[in-house]
Amino acid sequence: MTKPRVATVWLDGCSGCHMSLIDLDERLLDIFERADLVYSPLVDFKEYPENVDVCLVEGAVSSEEDLHKIKMVRARTKTLIAFGDCAVTSNVPGMRNPIGVQPLLDRSYIENATLNAQLPSRIVPKLLPTARPVHRVVTVDVFLPGCPPSADLIYCLLDDLLSGRVPDVAGARFGR
Amino acid sequence: MSTVFTFRIDGKDVAGTEGQTVMEVAEENGIDIPGLCHLEGIHDRGACRLCMVEIGGSPKLVAACMTRITEGMEVVAHSERLLEYRQAITEMLFVERNHVCAVCVANNHCELQQMAADLGVTHFDLPRINPKVDIDASHRLFAIDHNRCILCLRCVRVCDEIEGAHTWDVMHRGLETRVQTDMGIPWGESSTCTSCGKCVQVCPTGALFEKGRAVASGSKHERPFLPWLKTVQEERGL
Repeated sequence: MTKPRVATVWLDGCSGCHMSLIDLDERLLDIFERADLVYSPLVDFKEYPENVDVCLVEGAVSSEEDLHKIKMVRARTKTLIAFGDCAVTSNVPGMRNPIGVQPLLDRSYIENATLNAQLPSRIVPKLLPTARPVHRVVTVDVFLPGCPPSADLIYCLLDDLLSGRVPDVAGARFGR
Repeated sequence: MSTVFTFRIDGKDVAGTEGQTVMEVAEENGIDIPGLCHLEGIHDRGACRLCMVEIGGSPKLVAACMTRITEGMEVVAHSERLLEYRQAITEMLFVERNHVCAVCVANNHCELQQMAADLGVTHFDLPRINPKVDIDASHRLFAIDHNRCILCLRCVRVCDEIEGAHTWDVMHRGLETRVQTDMGIPWGESSTCTSCGKCVQVCPTGALFEKGRAVASGSKHERPFLPWLKTVQEERGL
């Protein structure tokens, strides 16, 4: 029997949820004895593969790239987890939402710039009008709030999923 | 002599005196009915609706903090239906303003954040409104961030009923409703505010806070003035 295929994705977030994942420490050995890590910012695979069983998505959907990525991830993933407050509520990336993209960029790159004031136009992806939680864009199967969710909660969630149980995220909460 | 009523909450036999609310008797009997605007020591307002309960088979829900007890009443304080309503109310409180727990002064000390955790609210099905909301930091010691205000109106009541200043009140309606100082002037220019800080202490979220507090450091556990007022209220039969 082949092992379940696990992936993690990093959209608009600070990577803190991935740091919390690394905080599983020796329990990572347990998890990845039972599953294969097939895509993640923590490893070097370039393409998000087909037939992923579980994907942890950190971050809000903020740019055109995020939007493209999350749709592709959804199409190739069985169980998609909104991983942490940015993915669940849009959290800190969503603080720009009441301001609007143009005033936000003007403030950051023109008004506050002391040298070479200009709006970024090349290479960086275009911002969407608002930073949205993942479930406003694609269907999410499990929500794991927390900023970040604790390593214990992440372990419980992965352990439940890899053991074929319905994941129990009791104790999860916004913030912290 | 006040009349004693006996009745039941969630099947448990309880007793209270005439004039008490369902909420008060539940608290005395260790039955937890959720609420964010109720605070012992100030008058109830029925603002948050989280304490809605079922009474005696009536399909109508009533707020436990606003409902006086009667003899033989059957109160259902916890049911699947009530939980669903309470989860929906909590969600609406979150999406109506801009609550960002991770960077809030009240992170870890917030009654709204705790309510979501207690009720198992893990995400919001309703879209966020993302309103453009102001912060008034004109007061020397305190600030109000309307992004975090849930309109429980504890600040309005404590300022009026305990401090006696009535600096706080409410302006506008619907989604535009805001708590205000004096007649909508900046807090720092208020001539009635005594700078006592009671409003900050009773605020369930990070809406009212002491200046200079960092994220997650706005603990509000000391409310020594409230039991004192309760006694005075009782003495005067208010």
